[in-house]
Amino acid sequence: MADFLQFLFSGITVGATYALVGLGFAIIYNASHVINFAQGEFVMLGGMSAVFLMHLGLPLPAVIPLAVVATMAVGVALEKLAIEPARNASVVTLIIITIGASIFLRGSAEVIWGRSFHSMAPFTGSEPIDIGGAALLPQSLWVLGGTIVAVVALKWFFGRTRTGKAMQASAFNPYAARLVGIDQRFILMLSFALSGLFGAVAGILIAPISLTYSGVGVMLGLKGFCAAILGGMGNPFGAIMGGLLLGISEAMTAGYISSAYKDAVAFLIILLVLFFLPSGLFGKRRTERV
Amino acid sequence: MSFWNSSRSGGLVALALVIALLPLTFPNTYFFNVAILIGLNAIVCIGLNLLIGYAGQISLGHAGFFGLGAYVAAILSSNHGVPPLAALLLAALLVGVLAFAVARPIMRLKGHYLAMGTLGLGIIIAIVLNQEVGLTGGPDGMPVDSFSLLGWQPYGDRIWYWIVGVLLLATVWLALNLIDSPVGRALRALHGSEVAAAAAGINVVRFKVLVFVTSAILASLAGSIFAFYTGFITPGEANFFHSLELVAMVVLGGLASIYGALIGAAILTILPQLLTVFHDYEMMMLGLIMMLVMIFMRKGLVPTLANLLWRRGS
Repeated sequence: MADFLQFLFSGITVGATYALVGLGFAIIYNASHVINFAQGEFVMLGGMSAVFLMHLGLPLPAVIPLAVVATMAVGVALEKLAIEPARNASVVTLIIITIGASIFLRGSAEVIWGRSFHSMAPFTGSEPIDIGGAALLPQSLWVLGGTIVAVVALKWFFGRTRTGKAMQASAFNPYAARLVGIDQRFILMLSFALSGLFGAVAGILIAPISLTYSGVGVMLGLKGFCAAILGGMGNPFGAIMGGLLLGISEAMTAGYISSAYKDAVAFLIILLVLFFLPSGLFGKRRTERV
Repeated sequence: MSFWNSSRSGGLVALALVIALLPLTFPNTYFFNVAILIGLNAIVCIGLNLLIGYAGQISLGHAGFFGLGAYVAAILSSNHGVPPLAALLLAALLVGVLAFAVARPIMRLKGHYLAMGTLGLGIIIAIVLNQEVGLTGGPDGMPVDSFSLLGWQPYGDRIWYWIVGVLLLATVWLALNLIDSPVGRALRALHGSEVAAAAAGINVVRFKVLVFVTSAILASLAGSIFAFYTGFITPGEANFFHSLELVAMVVLGGLASIYGALIGAAILTILPQLLTVFHDYEMMMLGLIMMLVMIFMRKGLVPTLANLLWRRGS
């Protein structure tokens, strides 16, 4: 039982990170139908800039907003400089552009911060809390708390604010949204800013648990993409469920079966789900109109 | 239409001439090495372009087939004494069967779900190659015995250059014939609209499966040749980044253009070699160039330039 709890805790912690990354995928997809393969680099940028700012001697409450804003700025720059000029290009072309952006961001991070691994001190102590014989790191609580706050805030934003509703409307039907005067270019920019925000938050929260380095975004980005697809692409809350599900299955596999194939679990699950439910667990079943 | 008049043969003859004359300009074997890598990448990309450019189905996992082709041929020939040519063909057969087995469910997926499915398949292959240390040597890679056929051993970059050159010509010929055949017309029809194609009596699933398997086999063959040529392989050949590179070559050169795939393969193989002069800035430059080309030449290099020339000519 203690083992099970232990695996569950680590699964939920990692899963929450996947969920935040998946959320970023879903938000950008909704606004533009672009899969942003640079999503993982937002996580890396958040974590790396936080470590860097800490080294400058800034206190944590200043580091977090600064790192988040910096990553959001990168997201907006990516949208303005690379995605918007190619607005009407085909999906594959846009995918290659975001892949180019991802390589560019990783390369830049290596130039600025080098290739070594960096660690970051936990927010509040490293003394594990004992729950039913399993050790829970205080940082895991931060990850979980941070994810919950982010999700609740997003739900409020989509449901209660004018801008959020405009985003929902654009995702649902871009032409109708434009007809009622919603500025699509603003929505697109906002989606990249938001997904930069969620990526950075994930990167900062997880940095004290797993080390951070210039290549950390690659696998995290792919697992986040898995989470988004598992939940049904374009369904932000499906992405959250998808992320948690993947994190927990991964931890259970690593614990009970084989840690060597831990990274394969997410992809195996996604293949099986896609084979039997071609539009994800919570995706809409679509009938094609001709 | 006679052989010499058709534009198809004209391109083939021009390509054959380029392949035949290119070595005259090579100052040393390093150039042969780069040319061979271009040829192998081009073979994979031509197959991939049939899938992406003509049939409109994306794959982010073809490096998996390339890596599997390399490893199966290497393991069979080096560890089990299977003659290299037979090992190469068996690898192609195995990859073909695997691709056929997964093609039906995978080709049912659309758009981003298809991207995810192929990506997942490629990554799982890469992880297996990394983890089955007893069989593959794990992340450190494995040495491969040199190729031999009835006692003849191709040795040195020059001979491999001619082998790859001939294979590349054969691949281009095959691809050009395929797209001019009813199969090619069916593929273009289902790229336009799957429903309309189905309504016109095209068995959409069968053609998608056919082109997926063909492209997987071409990737496997190129992978096997790569293993015999370099004599040492690592699971890196199968990883996600290599899959992305292959797709980038296809898109950069131009979708639905056989020669585009070739040009794209050449550019993205040469570029990293040139960028090494930038040392630490290499990766940054590669990403930047990829973004800029795609933003300013959305249809890829060959179609964009061909369009420009055509407009100037008329």
